[in-house]
Amino acid sequence: MYRWWRRRGRYCGTDLDMNGFGKVFPDAKSALKDIKDGMTILSGGFGLCGLAENCISAIKELGVKNLTFVSNNAGVDDFGIGILLHTNQVKKMISSYVGENKTFEKQFLSGQLEVELTPQGTLAEKIRAGGAGIPAFFTPTGVGTLVAQGKEVRQIDGRNYVLEKSITGDFAIVKAWKADKFGNLVYRKTARNFNPVMATAGKITVAEVEEIVEIGELDPDNIHTPGVYVNRIFKSKGLEKRIENKTVRNGGN
Amino acid sequence: MPLTREQIAERISHEVKDGYCVNLGIGIPTLVANYIPKNLSVMFQSENGLLGMGPFPSEKDLDPDLINAGKQTVTTVSGASFFSSADSFAMIRGGHIDLTVLGAMEVDETGSIANWMIPGKMIKGMGGAMDLVAGARRVIVAMQHTDKEGRPKLLKKCELPLTGVACVHHVVSDYGVFDITKDGFVLREYAPDLSIEKVVAATSGKIIVHPEVKAIKTGPHSCC
Repeated sequence: MYRWWRRRGRYCGTDLDMNGFGKVFPDAKSALKDIKDGMTILSGGFGLCGLAENCISAIKELGVKNLTFVSNNAGVDDFGIGILLHTNQVKKMISSYVGENKTFEKQFLSGQLEVELTPQGTLAEKIRAGGAGIPAFFTPTGVGTLVAQGKEVRQIDGRNYVLEKSITGDFAIVKAWKADKFGNLVYRKTARNFNPVMATAGKITVAEVEEIVEIGELDPDNIHTPGVYVNRIFKSKGLEKRIENKTVRNGGN
Repeated sequence: MPLTREQIAERISHEVKDGYCVNLGIGIPTLVANYIPKNLSVMFQSENGLLGMGPFPSEKDLDPDLINAGKQTVTTVSGASFFSSADSFAMIRGGHIDLTVLGAMEVDETGSIANWMIPGKMIKGMGGAMDLVAGARRVIVAMQHTDKEGRPKLLKKCELPLTGVACVHHVVSDYGVFDITKDGFVLREYAPDLSIEKVVAATSGKIIVHPEVKAIKTGPHSCC
Protein backbone atom coordinates (compact mmCIF):
# COMPACT_ATOMS: atom_id res chain seq x y z
CA MET A 1 0.00 0.00 0.00
CA TYR A 2 2.64 2.55 0.95
CA ARG A 3 4.78 1.45 -1.96
CA TRP A 4 1.85 2.38 -4.13
CA TRP A 5 1.78 5.80 -2.52
CA ARG A 6 5.49 6.25 -3.24
CA ARG A 7 4.92 5.45 -6.88
CA ARG A 8 1.93 7.71 -7.06
CA GLY A 9 4.04 10.53 -5.69
CA ARG A 10 6.46 10.04 -8.51
CA TYR A 11 3.72 9.88 -11.10
CA CYS A 12 2.41 13.22 -9.85
CA GLY A 13 5.78 14.73 -10.51
CA THR A 14 6.63 15.09 -6.81
CA ASP A 15 9.58 12.90 -6.08
CA LEU A 16 8.90 11.84 -2.52
CA ASP A 17 12.21 10.01 -2.36
CA MET A 18 14.12 13.21 -2.97
CA ASN A 19 13.10 15.23 0.10
CA GLY A 20 9.97 16.50 -1.71
CA PHE A 21 8.54 17.95 1.49
CA GLY A 22 11.59 20.07 2.24
CA LYS A 23 11.67 18.97 5.84
CA VAL A 24 15.23 17.70 6.09
CA PHE A 25 17.70 20.20 7.55
CA PRO A 26 21.47 19.79 7.89
CA ASP A 27 21.63 20.46 11.64
CA ALA A 28 19.91 21.85 14.73
CA LYS A 29 21.03 25.44 14.18
CA SER A 30 19.53 25.66 10.69
CA ALA A 31 16.32 23.94 11.85
CA LEU A 32 15.93 26.48 14.66
CA LYS A 33 17.23 29.55 12.81
CA ASP A 34 14.03 31.60 13.15
CA ILE A 35 13.61 31.08 16.88
CA LYS A 36 13.14 34.46 18.61
CA ASP A 37 13.38 36.04 22.05
CA GLY A 38 10.33 35.47 24.24
CA MET A 39 9.08 32.38 22.43
CA THR A 40 7.50 29.35 24.08
CA ILE A 41 9.41 26.12 23.46
CA LEU A 42 7.88 22.70 24.10
CA SER A 43 10.59 20.18 24.86
CA GLY A 44 10.16 16.40 24.86
CA GLY A 45 12.11 14.12 27.16
CA PHE A 46 11.80 12.69 30.65
CA GLY A 47 14.82 13.68 32.69
CA LEU A 48 17.68 13.22 30.25
CA CYS A 49 15.96 10.36 28.41
CA GLY A 50 14.67 11.13 24.93
CA LEU A 51 16.03 14.66 25.05
CA ALA A 52 16.66 16.76 21.90
CA GLU A 53 20.29 17.38 22.91
CA ASN A 54 21.46 19.10 19.70
CA CYS A 55 18.43 21.42 19.76
CA ILE A 56 19.23 22.59 23.27
CA SER A 57 22.88 23.23 22.36
CA ALA A 58 21.74 25.15 19.27
CA ILE A 59 19.39 27.34 21.32
CA LYS A 60 22.34 28.12 23.59
CA GLU A 61 24.46 29.07 20.57
CA LEU A 62 21.70 31.13 18.97
CA GLY A 63 21.58 33.11 22.23
CA VAL A 64 17.82 33.78 22.25
CA LYS A 65 16.51 34.98 25.60
CA ASN A 66 13.38 35.23 27.76
CA LEU A 67 12.21 31.81 26.64
CA THR A 68 9.35 29.93 28.25
CA PHE A 69 10.16 26.24 28.38
CA VAL A 70 7.45 23.64 28.71
CA SER A 71 9.23 20.48 29.76
CA ASN A 72 8.54 17.81 32.34
CA ASN A 73 11.95 18.42 33.96
CA ALA A 74 14.64 21.09 33.93
CA GLY A 75 17.60 18.83 33.20
CA VAL A 76 20.58 18.62 35.54
CA ASP A 77 23.09 21.39 36.28
CA ASP A 78 25.32 20.79 33.28
CA PHE A 79 23.05 18.98 30.85
CA GLY A 80 19.66 19.36 29.21
CA ILE A 81 17.72 22.56 29.86
CA GLY A 82 20.12 23.13 32.77
CA ILE A 83 22.65 24.59 30.33
CA LEU A 84 20.13 27.25 29.24
CA LEU A 85 19.52 28.20 32.86
CA HIS A 86 23.25 28.83 33.28
CA THR A 87 23.17 31.25 30.34
CA ASN A 88 20.01 32.94 31.73
CA GLN A 89 18.06 32.30 28.54
CA VAL A 90 15.00 30.91 30.30
CA LYS A 91 12.43 33.25 31.83
CA LYS A 92 9.82 30.71 32.78
CA MET A 93 9.50 26.93 33.17
CA ILE A 94 6.32 24.89 33.12
CA SER A 95 7.29 21.52 34.58
CA SER A 96 6.15 18.78 36.94
CA TYR A 97 9.41 17.90 38.67
CA VAL A 98 12.59 19.93 38.91
CA GLY A 99 14.35 18.26 41.84
CA GLU A 100 17.51 17.34 39.94
CA ASN A 101 18.80 20.83 39.28
CA LYS A 102 20.53 23.11 41.81
CA THR A 103 20.83 26.09 39.41
CA PHE A 104 17.11 25.84 38.94
CA GLU A 105 16.44 25.92 42.66
CA LYS A 106 18.74 28.92 43.15
CA GLN A 107 17.18 30.94 40.31
CA PHE A 108 13.68 30.03 41.45
CA LEU A 109 14.25 30.98 45.09
CA SER A 110 15.85 34.30 44.06
CA GLY A 111 12.85 35.12 41.87
CA GLN A 112 14.93 35.21 38.68
CA LEU A 113 13.07 32.26 37.21
CA GLU A 114 9.31 32.00 37.01
CA VAL A 115 8.01 28.48 37.56
CA GLU A 116 4.63 26.91 37.05
CA LEU A 117 4.65 23.49 38.70
CA THR A 118 2.03 21.33 37.04
CA PRO A 119 1.05 17.73 37.81
CA GLN A 120 2.67 15.46 35.25
CA GLY A 121 -0.57 14.04 33.87
CA THR A 122 -2.13 17.49 33.67
CA LEU A 123 0.97 18.75 31.85
CA ALA A 124 0.79 15.90 29.33
CA GLU A 125 -2.93 16.46 28.81
CA LYS A 126 -2.56 20.26 28.48
CA ILE A 127 -0.20 19.70 25.58
CA ARG A 128 -2.17 16.83 24.09
CA ALA A 129 -5.29 19.02 24.19
CA GLY A 130 -3.36 21.98 22.79
CA GLY A 131 -2.27 19.93 19.82
CA ALA A 132 -5.75 18.50 19.36
CA GLY A 133 -7.63 21.82 19.26
CA ILE A 134 -9.19 21.49 22.73
CA PRO A 135 -8.73 24.80 24.63
CA ALA A 136 -9.34 23.45 28.15
CA PHE A 137 -10.52 20.36 29.98
CA PHE A 138 -11.76 19.22 33.40
CA THR A 139 -9.54 16.87 35.40
CA PRO A 140 -9.81 15.37 38.88
CA THR A 141 -6.07 15.88 39.43
CA GLY A 142 -5.22 18.59 41.94
CA VAL A 143 -8.74 19.34 43.21
CA GLY A 144 -8.44 20.82 46.72
CA THR A 145 -4.71 21.56 46.34
CA LEU A 146 -2.61 24.64 45.50
CA VAL A 147 -2.80 23.61 41.84
CA ALA A 148 -6.54 24.35 41.72
CA GLN A 149 -6.26 27.81 43.29
CA GLY A 150 -7.93 30.49 41.16
CA LYS A 151 -9.28 27.94 38.69
CA GLU A 152 -12.87 26.92 38.08
CA VAL A 153 -13.92 23.76 39.92
CA ARG A 154 -17.07 22.06 38.71
CA GLN A 155 -18.97 19.08 40.01
CA ILE A 156 -19.81 16.58 37.29
CA ASP A 157 -21.77 13.46 38.23
CA GLY A 158 -20.95 13.96 41.88
CA ARG A 159 -17.18 14.43 41.62
CA ASN A 160 -15.19 17.67 41.57
CA TYR A 161 -12.96 18.56 38.63
CA VAL A 162 -10.68 21.51 37.99
CA LEU A 163 -10.63 23.36 34.67
CA GLU A 164 -7.15 23.36 33.12
CA LYS A 165 -6.23 25.36 30.01
CA SER A 166 -4.27 23.71 27.25
CA ILE A 167 -0.80 24.69 26.03
CA THR A 168 0.70 25.23 22.58
CA GLY A 169 4.16 26.49 21.68
CA ASP A 170 6.00 28.48 19.03
CA PHE A 171 8.46 25.63 18.64
CA ALA A 172 8.42 22.01 19.74
CA ILE A 173 11.76 20.24 19.97
CA VAL A 174 11.49 16.47 20.06
CA LYS A 175 13.89 13.56 19.89
CA ALA A 176 13.00 10.40 17.96
CA TRP A 177 14.86 7.26 16.99
CA LYS A 178 13.98 7.26 13.30
CA ALA A 179 12.26 9.58 10.89
CA ASP A 180 11.42 9.28 7.23
CA LYS A 181 11.69 12.33 5.01
CA PHE A 182 7.99 13.11 5.42
CA GLY A 183 8.58 13.42 9.17
CA ASN A 184 6.91 10.20 10.31
CA LEU A 185 8.59 9.42 13.63
CA VAL A 186 9.39 6.27 15.56
CA TYR A 187 10.63 6.50 19.15
CA ARG A 188 12.60 3.92 21.07
CA LYS A 189 11.50 2.45 24.45
CA THR A 190 10.90 4.99 27.23
CA ALA A 191 12.63 7.70 25.18
CA ARG A 192 9.12 8.20 23.76
CA ASN A 193 7.68 9.83 26.93
CA PHE A 194 6.59 13.45 26.27
CA ASN A 195 7.93 13.57 22.71
CA PRO A 196 4.80 12.51 20.77
CA VAL A 197 2.61 14.98 22.67
CA MET A 198 5.02 17.89 22.31
CA ALA A 199 5.31 17.14 18.58
CA THR A 200 1.59 17.80 18.10
CA ALA A 201 1.52 21.20 19.80
CA GLY A 202 4.33 23.26 18.28
CA LYS A 203 3.64 25.82 15.53
CA ILE A 204 6.95 24.57 14.20
CA THR A 205 7.98 21.09 15.31
CA VAL A 206 11.63 20.18 14.97
CA ALA A 207 12.54 16.51 15.26
CA GLU A 208 16.09 15.51 16.14
CA VAL A 209 16.57 11.89 15.12
CA GLU A 210 19.22 9.17 15.14
CA GLU A 211 18.47 8.03 11.62
CA ILE A 212 16.66 9.49 8.61
CA VAL A 213 15.27 6.95 6.13
CA GLU A 214 13.54 7.23 2.79
CA ILE A 215 9.79 7.63 2.57
CA GLY A 216 8.26 4.16 2.49
CA GLU A 217 10.88 2.50 4.64
CA LEU A 218 8.96 2.82 7.90
CA ASP A 219 6.03 0.46 8.46
CA PRO A 220 2.84 2.61 8.46
CA ASP A 221 1.43 0.35 11.19
CA ASN A 222 4.28 1.32 13.50
CA ILE A 223 4.48 5.10 13.17
CA HIS A 224 4.23 6.83 16.56
CA THR A 225 4.01 10.43 15.29
CA PRO A 226 2.47 10.91 11.82
CA GLY A 227 4.52 13.26 9.64
CA VAL A 228 1.82 15.92 9.47
CA TYR A 229 2.93 17.14 12.89
CA VAL A 230 6.60 17.46 12.00
CA ASN A 231 7.95 20.45 10.06
CA ARG A 232 11.71 20.00 10.26
CA ILE A 233 13.96 16.99 10.72
CA PHE A 234 17.70 16.71 11.19
CA LYS A 235 20.10 13.95 12.09
CA SER A 236 21.52 14.29 15.58
CA LYS A 237 25.30 14.60 15.89
CA GLY A 238 27.39 13.44 18.84
CA LEU A 239 24.35 12.38 20.83
CA GLU A 240 25.49 11.76 24.39
CA LYS A 241 22.38 10.01 25.79
CA ARG A 242 23.59 10.54 29.31
CA ILE A 243 22.20 8.18 31.97
CA GLU A 244 20.95 10.21 34.91
CA ASN A 245 20.72 7.44 37.47
CA LYS A 246 22.65 4.33 36.51
CA THR A 247 21.37 1.33 38.45
CA VAL A 248 22.41 -2.28 37.94
CA ARG A 249 21.29 -5.42 39.71
CA ASN A 250 23.47 -7.01 42.38
CA GLY A 251 25.87 -9.68 41.16
CA GLY A 252 23.93 -12.95 41.52
CA ASN A 253 20.36 -11.69 41.00
CA MET B 1 10.92 -2.30 67.43
CA PRO B 2 9.04 -0.57 64.64
CA LEU B 3 9.14 -2.21 61.21
CA THR B 4 12.15 -1.68 58.96
CA ARG B 5 11.72 -0.16 55.50
CA GLU B 6 11.98 -3.65 54.04
CA GLN B 7 9.31 -5.00 56.40
CA ILE B 8 6.94 -2.16 55.45
CA ALA B 9 7.49 -3.02 51.78
CA GLU B 10 7.01 -6.72 52.46
CA ARG B 11 3.73 -6.10 54.32
CA ILE B 12 2.44 -3.93 51.45
CA SER B 13 3.29 -6.73 49.00
CA HIS B 14 0.53 -8.78 50.70
CA GLU B 15 -1.99 -6.29 49.28
CA VAL B 16 -0.95 -6.96 45.69
CA LYS B 17 -3.31 -9.40 44.02
CA ASP B 18 -2.93 -11.66 41.02
CA GLY B 19 -3.53 -9.76 37.77
CA TYR B 20 -2.89 -6.30 39.22
CA CYS B 21 -1.29 -3.41 37.34
CA VAL B 22 0.64 -1.47 39.97
CA ASN B 23 2.48 1.85 40.08
CA LEU B 24 5.17 2.13 42.74
CA GLY B 25 6.55 5.47 43.89
CA ILE B 26 10.14 6.27 44.83
CA GLY B 27 11.65 5.10 48.15
CA ILE B 28 10.02 2.35 50.25
CA PRO B 29 7.34 1.77 47.56
CA THR B 30 10.02 0.73 45.04
CA LEU B 31 11.07 -2.08 47.42
CA VAL B 32 7.59 -3.64 47.26
CA ALA B 33 8.47 -5.20 43.89
CA ASN B 34 11.14 -7.32 45.61
CA TYR B 35 8.52 -9.16 47.68
CA ILE B 36 5.94 -10.08 45.04
CA PRO B 37 5.82 -13.90 44.87
CA LYS B 38 6.78 -15.44 41.54
CA ASN B 39 3.42 -17.18 41.13
CA LEU B 40 1.52 -13.88 40.95
CA SER B 41 1.08 -12.20 37.57
CA VAL B 42 1.67 -8.52 38.21
CA MET B 43 2.56 -5.73 35.78
CA PHE B 44 4.41 -2.71 37.11
CA GLN B 45 3.66 0.62 35.49
CA SER B 46 6.20 3.41 35.32
CA GLU B 47 4.51 6.72 34.54
CA ASN B 48 7.18 7.84 32.08
CA GLY B 49 5.60 5.39 29.63
CA LEU B 50 6.17 1.72 30.46
CA LEU B 51 3.81 -1.04 31.55
CA GLY B 52 5.71 -4.22 32.36
CA MET B 53 8.80 -2.90 34.14
CA GLY B 54 11.40 -5.49 35.13
CA PRO B 55 14.34 -5.41 37.55
CA PHE B 56 17.49 -3.31 37.19
CA PRO B 57 19.65 -4.42 34.25
CA SER B 58 23.00 -6.10 34.37
CA GLU B 59 25.90 -3.89 33.28
CA LYS B 60 25.82 -5.23 29.72
CA ASP B 61 22.08 -4.56 29.30
CA LEU B 62 22.19 -0.90 30.38
CA ASP B 63 20.12 1.16 27.96
CA PRO B 64 19.83 4.95 28.27
CA ASP B 65 16.49 4.74 26.42
CA LEU B 66 15.00 2.48 29.09
CA ILE B 67 14.43 4.14 32.47
CA ASN B 68 11.79 4.30 35.18
CA ALA B 69 10.09 7.35 36.68
CA GLY B 70 12.99 7.73 39.12
CA LYS B 71 15.29 8.02 36.06
CA GLN B 72 16.92 4.71 37.00
CA THR B 73 17.90 2.25 34.29
CA VAL B 74 15.50 -0.72 34.22
CA THR B 75 14.47 -3.67 32.05
CA THR B 76 11.17 -4.90 30.64
CA VAL B 77 9.30 -8.17 31.26
CA SER B 78 7.55 -10.13 28.52
CA GLY B 79 4.24 -8.55 27.65
CA ALA B 80 5.56 -5.06 28.30
CA SER B 81 4.47 -2.00 26.31
CA PHE B 82 5.75 1.54 25.79
CA PHE B 83 3.53 4.58 25.36
CA SER B 84 3.56 8.37 25.58
CA SER B 85 3.19 10.38 28.79
CA ALA B 86 -0.35 11.39 27.72
CA ASP B 87 -1.34 7.72 27.32
CA SER B 88 0.39 6.86 30.57
CA PHE B 89 -1.66 9.37 32.54
CA ALA B 90 -4.83 8.48 30.66
CA MET B 91 -4.34 5.00 32.08
CA ILE B 92 -3.67 6.40 35.56
CA ARG B 93 -6.40 9.05 35.64
CA GLY B 94 -8.89 6.79 33.90
CA GLY B 95 -8.82 4.29 36.76
CA HIS B 96 -7.01 1.50 34.92
CA ILE B 97 -4.20 1.14 37.45
CA ASP B 98 -5.32 -1.16 40.27
CA LEU B 99 -2.96 0.05 42.94
CA THR B 100 -0.47 2.80 43.62
CA VAL B 101 1.94 2.82 46.54
CA LEU B 102 3.56 6.10 47.46
CA GLY B 103 5.40 7.80 50.26
CA ALA B 104 4.06 10.71 52.32
CA MET B 105 5.15 13.39 54.74
CA GLU B 106 1.65 13.57 56.25
CA VAL B 107 -1.66 11.73 55.97
CA ASP B 108 -4.78 12.82 57.81
CA GLU B 109 -7.85 11.04 59.18
CA THR B 110 -9.90 11.92 56.07
CA GLY B 111 -7.32 10.28 53.78
CA SER B 112 -5.80 13.52 52.50
CA ILE B 113 -2.10 13.30 51.77
CA ALA B 114 0.81 15.77 51.63
CA ASN B 115 4.02 14.60 50.00
CA TRP B 116 5.35 17.15 47.52
CA MET B 117 6.22 20.43 49.12
CA ILE B 118 7.59 22.03 52.27
CA PRO B 119 7.00 25.78 51.80
CA GLY B 120 10.27 27.72 51.76
CA LYS B 121 12.36 24.54 51.95
CA MET B 122 11.67 21.93 49.33
CA ILE B 123 10.50 22.88 45.88
CA LYS B 124 10.92 19.91 43.64
CA GLY B 125 7.46 19.54 42.19
CA MET B 126 4.71 16.95 42.45
CA GLY B 127 5.68 14.89 39.40
CA GLY B 128 2.91 12.36 38.83
CA ALA B 129 1.80 12.02 42.46
CA MET B 130 -1.34 14.20 42.19
CA ASP B 131 -2.55 12.25 39.16
CA LEU B 132 -1.81 8.91 40.81
CA VAL B 133 -3.78 9.67 43.98
CA ALA B 134 -6.65 11.10 41.91
CA GLY B 135 -6.85 8.17 39.52
CA ALA B 136 -5.54 4.86 40.87
CA ARG B 137 -8.25 2.51 42.13
CA ARG B 138 -6.47 1.89 45.44
CA VAL B 139 -3.95 4.16 47.13
CA ILE B 140 -1.60 2.78 49.80
CA VAL B 141 0.82 5.06 51.60
CA ALA B 142 4.14 3.71 52.88
CA MET B 143 5.61 6.02 55.51
CA GLN B 144 7.37 6.50 58.81
CA HIS B 145 4.81 6.92 61.57
CA THR B 146 6.56 9.84 63.28
CA ASP B 147 9.13 12.46 62.29
CA LYS B 148 12.68 12.62 63.63
CA GLU B 149 11.48 14.38 66.80
CA GLY B 150 8.85 11.71 67.38
CA ARG B 151 5.89 13.88 66.33
CA PRO B 152 3.01 12.07 64.63
CA LYS B 153 2.70 12.20 60.84
CA LEU B 154 -0.79 10.66 60.90
CA LEU B 155 -2.78 13.76 61.70
CA LYS B 156 -6.23 15.21 62.22
CA LYS B 157 -5.58 17.58 59.34
CA CYS B 158 -2.53 17.83 57.07
CA GLU B 159 -0.49 20.98 57.66
CA LEU B 160 1.65 20.85 54.51
CA PRO B 161 0.28 21.66 51.03
CA LEU B 162 -1.88 18.74 49.88
CA THR B 163 -1.21 16.29 47.09
CA GLY B 164 -4.77 15.00 47.14
CA VAL B 165 -7.95 15.26 49.19
CA ALA B 166 -9.59 12.20 50.80
CA CYS B 167 -7.89 9.76 48.45
CA VAL B 168 -5.77 7.40 50.60
CA HIS B 169 -7.27 3.99 51.37
CA HIS B 170 -4.59 2.44 53.59
CA VAL B 171 -1.44 3.48 55.42
CA VAL B 172 1.35 1.04 56.22
CA SER B 173 3.81 2.69 58.59
CA ASP B 174 6.62 1.32 60.70
CA TYR B 175 4.06 1.24 63.54
CA GLY B 176 1.09 -0.46 61.92
CA VAL B 177 -1.44 -1.04 59.17
CA PHE B 178 -4.37 1.38 59.01
CA ASP B 179 -7.53 1.63 56.96
CA ILE B 180 -8.94 5.08 56.37
CA THR B 181 -12.68 5.18 56.91
CA LYS B 182 -15.29 7.85 57.54
CA ASP B 183 -14.54 7.35 61.24
CA GLY B 184 -10.84 8.14 60.78
CA PHE B 185 -7.86 5.78 61.03
CA VAL B 186 -8.69 2.17 61.88
CA LEU B 187 -5.76 0.22 63.33
CA ARG B 188 -5.85 -3.26 61.79
CA GLU B 189 -2.36 -4.50 62.61
CA TYR B 190 0.48 -3.25 64.77
CA ALA B 191 4.24 -3.79 64.68
CA PRO B 192 4.89 -6.96 66.70
CA ASP B 193 7.15 -5.32 69.28
CA LEU B 194 4.96 -2.28 69.93
CA SER B 195 1.89 -2.11 72.12
CA ILE B 196 -1.46 -1.00 70.70
CA GLU B 197 -1.42 1.85 73.23
CA LYS B 198 1.90 3.11 71.91
CA VAL B 199 0.63 3.08 68.31
CA VAL B 200 -2.52 4.96 69.30
CA ALA B 201 -0.53 7.48 71.34
CA ALA B 202 1.77 8.18 68.37
CA THR B 203 -1.21 9.00 66.11
CA SER B 204 -2.81 12.42 66.36
CA GLY B 205 -5.90 11.98 64.17
CA LYS B 206 -9.07 10.14 65.17
CA ILE B 207 -8.15 6.48 65.56
CA ILE B 208 -10.22 3.37 66.27
CA VAL B 209 -8.71 0.00 67.15
CA HIS B 210 -10.32 -2.71 65.03
CA PRO B 211 -11.97 -5.42 67.16
CA GLU B 212 -9.86 -8.06 65.42
CA VAL B 213 -6.59 -6.13 65.61
CA LYS B 214 -3.50 -8.32 65.46
CA ALA B 215 0.28 -8.12 65.26
CA ILE B 216 1.69 -7.67 61.76
CA LYS B 217 2.79 -10.93 60.26
CA THR B 218 6.04 -10.18 58.52
CA GLY B 219 7.52 -12.71 56.17
CA PRO B 220 6.51 -13.89 52.74
CA HIS B 221 3.17 -13.37 51.02
CA SER B 222 0.44 -15.54 52.57
CA CYS B 223 -0.40 -17.21 49.27
CA CYS B 224 2.84 -19.21 49.12
